[in-house]
Amino acid sequence: MGEFKVHRVRFFNYVPSGIRCVAYNNQSNRLAVSRTDGTVEIYNLSANYFQEKFFPGHESRATEALCWAEGQRLFSAGLNGEIMEYDLQALNIKYAMDAFGGPIWSMAASPSGSQLLVGCEDGSVKLFQITPDKIQFERNFDRQKSKRHFSWGGRILSLSWHPSGTHIAAGSIDYISVFDVKSGSAVHKMIVDRQYMGVSKRKCIVWGVAFLSDGTIISVDSAGKVQFWDSATGTLVKSHLIANADVQSIAVADQEDSFVVGTAEGTVFHFQLVPVTSNSSEKQWVRTKPFQHHTHDVRTVAHSPTALISGGTDTHLVFRPLMEKVEVKNYDAALRKITFPHRCLISCSKKRQLLLFQFAHHLELWRLGSTVATGKNGDTLPLSKNADHLLHLKTKGPENIICSCISPCGSWIAYSTVSRFFLYRLNYEHDNISLKRVSKMPAFLRSALQILFSEDSTKLFVASNQGALHIVQLSGGSFKHLHAFQPQSGTVEAMCLLAVSPDGNWLAASGTSAGVHVYNVKQLKLHCTVPAYNFPVTAMAIAPNTNNLVIAHSDQQVFEYSIPDKQYTDWSRTVQKQGFHHLWLQRDTPITHISFHPKRPMHILLHDAYMFCIIDKSLPLPNDKTLLYNPFPPTNESDVIRRRTAHAFKISKIYKPLLFMDLLDERTLVAVERPLDDIIAQLPPPIKKKKFGT
Amino acid sequence: MAALEEEFTLSSVVLSAGPEGLLGVEQSDKTDQFLVTDSGRTVILYKVSDQKPLGSWSVKQGQIITCPAVCNFQTGEYVVVHDNKVLRIWNNEDVNLDKVFKATLSAEVYRILSVQGTEPLVLFKEGAVRGLEALLADPQQKIETVISDEEVIKWTKFFVVFRHPVLIFITEKHGNYFAYVQMFNSRILTKYTLLLGQDENSVIKSFTASVDRKFISLMSLSSDGCIYETLIPIRPADPEKNQSLVKSLLLKAVVSGNARNGVALTALDQDHVAVLGSPLAASKECLSVWNIKFQTLQTSKELPQGTSGQLWYYGEHLFMLHGKSLTVIPYKCEVSSLAGALGKLKHSQDPGTHVVSHFVNWETPQGCGLGFQNSEQSRRILRRRKIEVSLQPEVPPSKQLLSTIMKDSEKHIEVEVRKFLALKQTPDFHTVIGDTVTGLLERCKAEPSFYPRNCLMQLIQTHVLSYRFFCLSLCPDLMEIALKKKDVQLLQLCLQQFPDIPESVTCACLKIFLSIGDDSLQETDVNMESVFDYSINSVHDEKMEEQTEILQNGFNPEEDKCNNCDQELNKKPQDETKESTSCPVVQKRAALLNAILHSAYSETFLLPHLKDIPAQHITLFLKYLYFLYLKCSENATMTLPGIHPPTLNQIMDWICLLLDANFTVVVMMPEAKRLLINLYKLVKSQISVYSELNKIEVSFRELQKLNQEKNNRGLYSIEVLELF
Repeated sequence: MGEFKVHRVRFFNYVPSGIRCVAYNNQSNRLAVSRTDGTVEIYNLSANYFQEKFFPGHESRATEALCWAEGQRLFSAGLNGEIMEYDLQALNIKYAMDAFGGPIWSMAASPSGSQLLVGCEDGSVKLFQITPDKIQFERNFDRQKSKRHFSWGGRILSLSWHPSGTHIAAGSIDYISVFDVKSGSAVHKMIVDRQYMGVSKRKCIVWGVAFLSDGTIISVDSAGKVQFWDSATGTLVKSHLIANADVQSIAVADQEDSFVVGTAEGTVFHFQLVPVTSNSSEKQWVRTKPFQHHTHDVRTVAHSPTALISGGTDTHLVFRPLMEKVEVKNYDAALRKITFPHRCLISCSKKRQLLLFQFAHHLELWRLGSTVATGKNGDTLPLSKNADHLLHLKTKGPENIICSCISPCGSWIAYSTVSRFFLYRLNYEHDNISLKRVSKMPAFLRSALQILFSEDSTKLFVASNQGALHIVQLSGGSFKHLHAFQPQSGTVEAMCLLAVSPDGNWLAASGTSAGVHVYNVKQLKLHCTVPAYNFPVTAMAIAPNTNNLVIAHSDQQVFEYSIPDKQYTDWSRTVQKQGFHHLWLQRDTPITHISFHPKRPMHILLHDAYMFCIIDKSLPLPNDKTLLYNPFPPTNESDVIRRRTAHAFKISKIYKPLLFMDLLDERTLVAVERPLDDIIAQLPPPIKKKKFGT
Repeated sequence: MAALEEEFTLSSVVLSAGPEGLLGVEQSDKTDQFLVTDSGRTVILYKVSDQKPLGSWSVKQGQIITCPAVCNFQTGEYVVVHDNKVLRIWNNEDVNLDKVFKATLSAEVYRILSVQGTEPLVLFKEGAVRGLEALLADPQQKIETVISDEEVIKWTKFFVVFRHPVLIFITEKHGNYFAYVQMFNSRILTKYTLLLGQDENSVIKSFTASVDRKFISLMSLSSDGCIYETLIPIRPADPEKNQSLVKSLLLKAVVSGNARNGVALTALDQDHVAVLGSPLAASKECLSVWNIKFQTLQTSKELPQGTSGQLWYYGEHLFMLHGKSLTVIPYKCEVSSLAGALGKLKHSQDPGTHVVSHFVNWETPQGCGLGFQNSEQSRRILRRRKIEVSLQPEVPPSKQLLSTIMKDSEKHIEVEVRKFLALKQTPDFHTVIGDTVTGLLERCKAEPSFYPRNCLMQLIQTHVLSYRFFCLSLCPDLMEIALKKKDVQLLQLCLQQFPDIPESVTCACLKIFLSIGDDSLQETDVNMESVFDYSINSVHDEKMEEQTEILQNGFNPEEDKCNNCDQELNKKPQDETKESTSCPVVQKRAALLNAILHSAYSETFLLPHLKDIPAQHITLFLKYLYFLYLKCSENATMTLPGIHPPTLNQIMDWICLLLDANFTVVVMMPEAKRLLINLYKLVKSQISVYSELNKIEVSFRELQKLNQEKNNRGLYSIEVLELF
C-alpha cells in the first residue's frame, strides 16, 4: 500500500478551555456549551454530536450562564454584566445589553420562553421581555434586604422557574428566595444550613436550584448537600449529603422523574424518583448512580431525554447515556467524551515543511526536522535536524482567533478575529525569518470564518461571516480584491468550510446546513450546488486532475462528487449502494481533514481523532464480515488470503489523538498528536473548592 | 412485616348492635368509605380517614334489616334487604329509605354479594343465586331450591377469578358441612362435602377464603382452636359427582376452643390471617395476625372490652366491634424492600401493639410471646395441603416409616428407609427425614445395641440434614452417637456433608481419627476420594531427594547459616528424606484427616480444643501436614493430586493452628524436635524465596519503566509507517 516517513509531532501545546455552562435544547436536540474563555459551541446531538457552530471567545467575557429561549434563540450572560444573544445563522453576536446589575451570575428563560431572568452581583433579579429582535428590561424583583448579607450584596447565583411560570426560586449565599413573578415580591426565604460535616463554614453558596412543578425546590450548595424544599411552606423536606466538596450544578429531566448533579470532586450523581416499595404509588427521590468521568470540577450538567451531559474544568464534554431510555443501539447508546474541537487548528506549508498552530490568542510556526536514514515499518529514525520553533505571533486585543492559514509556499500567514483580519508576508533568508504585516485591509475583510490559500499561493479565499466569499489576488507584497461571491438573496448562512482545487479553478464552500456550493474561480460564478444532505459536512477537499470533490459528513458517510460532471462519481454510487462497514459508521469522531496523493489518483487520505485511513478506490469495499482494521503485516504464507481479504480501507491507529495529518510529499506524512496526558498535566490540580465566596 | 397500627373508634353514635353484633361492614365505591349495617334498622356510611359518618339511613319502625347493605359498584347505588324479602336500592342523595326504589322478592334473601368489577349477586336462603339486574327485571320470578331441607347457609363469599364471578357458600346440616361453588357465568354448581377429619365433634366457628389461580383456599377456624385449610378447585373435574374435600391442619391452637365469645378468622393476604378470639379460655380477647407460611405470630392486640366475634377486612383496615363501638385497626404488611432493610423506611411501632420477633427459631417450639403457649400443643407440625377426591383412611408412608423405626429390626428399617428414599420428592420429604433420624437416634440412645449405621449413612447422603437445622436439634445427637461408637466412616460423611459443625465436635473427630488403631481402620470403609496414592512416590526415594532440594527454590539448606540444625540434619540425612517423603499415616487415616482439613472452622473457637489433643497425636498430625506440604511443593501449581485434595492454604493454616495451640508441648518433646527444625527451615526457605521474588519484582518494575520510556517518544520523531 505504501511506506511513509511520518513526522510525528507532539509539540502542539494546545489546551482546550474548561467548560463553564451547557444548555440543552430539546426542540432541536442541540447543546450549547460555553467555555471559560468565552467561546460558545453548538453541538448537534442528532448529527452524531457534531460541533457544527462556534462563537469565538473574548478575554473580558466570562460566560456564567447560557440558555435557550423562544425555541431556538440562544442567550448568554456573564461577569461583564451583559446579556448577549447569538445569531446562529450568521455566526456572530446579535447584540449585547448591559443589565446594570453588576456581574451576572445566573440566567433562566421562562417556561414559555418569552421572558428572561438574570441574577446579578448586587442581589437583584431582573426580568427581561424577549421581543422578536431584542430583549427589553421589564422590572426588578424586590431586593432582599438582609442585614446578614448586607456586606456582600447576596449575589444571585442560581435561578429556576416554576414550570407554570408563576414563581421563581433564586439561590444566593446562605439562602434561597422564592418570588412571585406577578407581584415581584419574595414569598419565602429559606436559610440554608452552613454546617459542613459538623463544622460551620463561613458561607454556604447555593450553586444551583431547580423548581419542580409539584412545588419542590431542589438546591445544591457548597457544603456538598442536595436539599429538597417545600416552596409552599418554605421548609426543608429532605437533605442528602453527597460530597465533601461543592455540588456545583443541577439539571432536571423534563419529565421531572430524574435529575443530575455535578460535584467539585468530578463526580456526577443521578437521582431518580422511584417508588418507595415495589408496587406502591408513593415515590421518593433516590440517589441511584454515581459517575466519575471527570477529574476536575463538574461545573455544569444538563439532562437530555436519553443522556446525562456534564462538563467542567477538565475540558471534557461527557454524554453518559441512560441505558434504560435508549431504545436502539446507535450513537446515543455509547458513552461519549468530546475533548477536541471538530475543526482544524493546524495548517501546513508543504513546500517549506512548516506547520502553523492556532491557539486562542497566538499562532505558532514550526519547521519540521529531517532525517537521512531509512528504516522498516515501526522504526524511529535518527534525526539529522530537529524541529524548529520559528515564530510566535500574538494577537492584539482581547478577541480569540477564529481561523488561520499558512499558504502552501509558506510566505503568507493569514488569521482573523471577530473584528479584524490580519495578513502577514514572511521572508526567509537562510535561517532568518522576517515578518511584515500587510496593512490597509479593506473594510469588508473584517472578520473571516475560514481562510484558504490556493495551491500556487497566488489567491486567498476568505469566507466572511456575512455569508460572502472573497477572492483576493496576492502578488509580491501586495494584494488585490478580485471578487466577492455574495450569498444567495435571503440567506445569511455563514460558510464554515472551504476547499479549492489544486489547479485553482474550483472553489467549494459549505455552510452548516445547506449543501455545498461549487464556484468557478476563472469565470467567477456559481458552478453548481451539491445536493443537500441531512448531516453537516465535517471536511471536504478537491482531488487533483479529476477535480472530484470528496465530502465527509458527520454520520461518517463519504461522498465523491465530480465537479466537471456535476454528479456523484461511480465509485461514490457504488459505496452508497453497498454501504460502509459497520465499524466505520460506529466511529465517534468526525473526519476533520481530507487530502490526496499527488501520484496515486485512486487514493483518498482522511483522518479523525483516532485513526488515519487511506481509501484505495481500486480495491473492493469491505463488507461487514471482513476485518476492517488489521494492524498486522501479512506474512508470506498467507499472501493469497491477504489478497483475497484486501479491501479499500487501509487504517492506522498508531497516532492518537490525531489532530492533523497531511501528506507533505509522496513519501512523507505529518501527523500532529495531542496526548491527553499532556493536556491533563497542564490543567490546574483538581480543585475541590471554588475560590470565590469561601 | 405485618403490623397493626393504632386503633380508632369510628362512631360517636352507639350502634344498636344486638347480641350477634353487627350485620355487616361492606365497602362502598369510594375507597375509605364503608357501609356499616347494624342488626336493627340502620345503615351508616363512614369515611374512615375522617372517622365520621357521611350518611345514615333507617328503615321504618317495625321493619328490620336482614341483610347487610352493599354497594353496587357498577352504579354506585346501595342495596339492602329488609324483612327478608324487600329489596331497597338508593344512593347518597336519598334521605328516606321509605321513599326509595323497592322490590319485593318471592323468596328470602340470605345475602347480597358485591365486588368491584361485576354486578351484585343475590344469594337466596334456599341456595339459589341471581344477578341483581336479572332479578330486578322480574322481582317476582320463581326462585328454585338448591339445598336440602334443614340445610342452612353458614357463610358465603364472592370472588372474581379471571373475570368470572365465582360464588362459594358453606352450608351445615346436622353437623355436616357442605361447600357449594357456583361458577356464575357457566352456571355450574358444584357441591363438596367437607370432611372434618379425626375429631368429628368439632364445630366450625368461622370461615374465610382466598383465591389463587386454580383453587379457593377455604380456611376454617374450628372449635378446637385450630385453623384448617381446604383447597377447593375452581374448575371441578366432574361437577355432577358429589365430591369430598379433606381439610388439613394449618395452624394449631390459635385460640381457645371453648371460649365464651365468638371467634373470627379473616385472610389478610396469601400468608397472613387475622384471628379474633381468646388465646386462653380465661383470658381477654385478642386480635392476632399470624403468618401461615412460617407459622408465626406476627403481632397481636388485646381487646379488653370484648368483641362480637366478628371481623371484617377491607383494604388496609380491620373492622370489629370492640365493646359497643365499631373499631378500626389499620393493618399493614409491607413488602420487604431494600429501603426498609437499610432502615430508610420507618416502621412506626406504637406501644399498643406487641410485636413478636419474626425470626423463626427452629430449635425451640415457637413461643407466641404472649404467654398463652400451651405446653402440650406446642409442637406444631407443618402438614402440606392435600386434596383427595375420595377419602381413604390410609396411613401416609412417612408415618409408617416412623412406626417401623420404633419397632423393627435394623435390616427391616434399612429396607423401609430405602423404599422411602426411592419415593423421594414428596412435599414433606424434609420433615420425614428429620423425624426418621430423630426416631432412629432416640432408639439408639435407648437401646445401646441398636445402631442402624447404613440407614444413617443413607439419610445423611440425602443432603437435607445439617448439624442443627432441625426442629429438635437432632443432628448433634447423630454425631455424638457416631463419636461414641467411633464410627469414623459416619463421622467422615458428616464432616463432608454438614456445613455447621461446631469446632469442639471437629476436634473430637480429629482426636478419634488420630487415636484409632490402624487395625480397626483397616476394617472401615472410608471415602478415599481426597487421598492420592502417596506410596507410589516413596518407591522413588532417590528421585524425591532431589526434588526436596528443588522445592527450596535454589536455596540450599547446606549453605544455611543455621549451623546447629544443619549438623543435626547432616547426621541423619537418610532418615530425614525418608520421613519427609513417605506418608507418616496410613491412607485411610489420611483420608479421615483430609476431611478435617476441609471442614470449616473459626480459629478462636478451635484453638482451645486443639490443646486437648495428646502430644504424640499432635506430632503425628504435624508430620502428616508437613508431608502434604512437601507433596504440594513438588509441582509448580502447588496442588496435591487427587479428586478433592486439601489445598496448600488449608495445610499451612492447620500447621500454624497446631503449633499455636501446642507450642510449649511440642517444643518439649524430643521426638518432635526434628520436625520442628524441618518446619523452621521450611519457613526460612520460604522467606528467602519471597525476598528473592521481591528483588525480581524491583528489577521487573525497572524494566517496565524502561519500556514505558520507549513508548514515550518525546515531542518529535520521524517514524516509518507502512500501511497494509
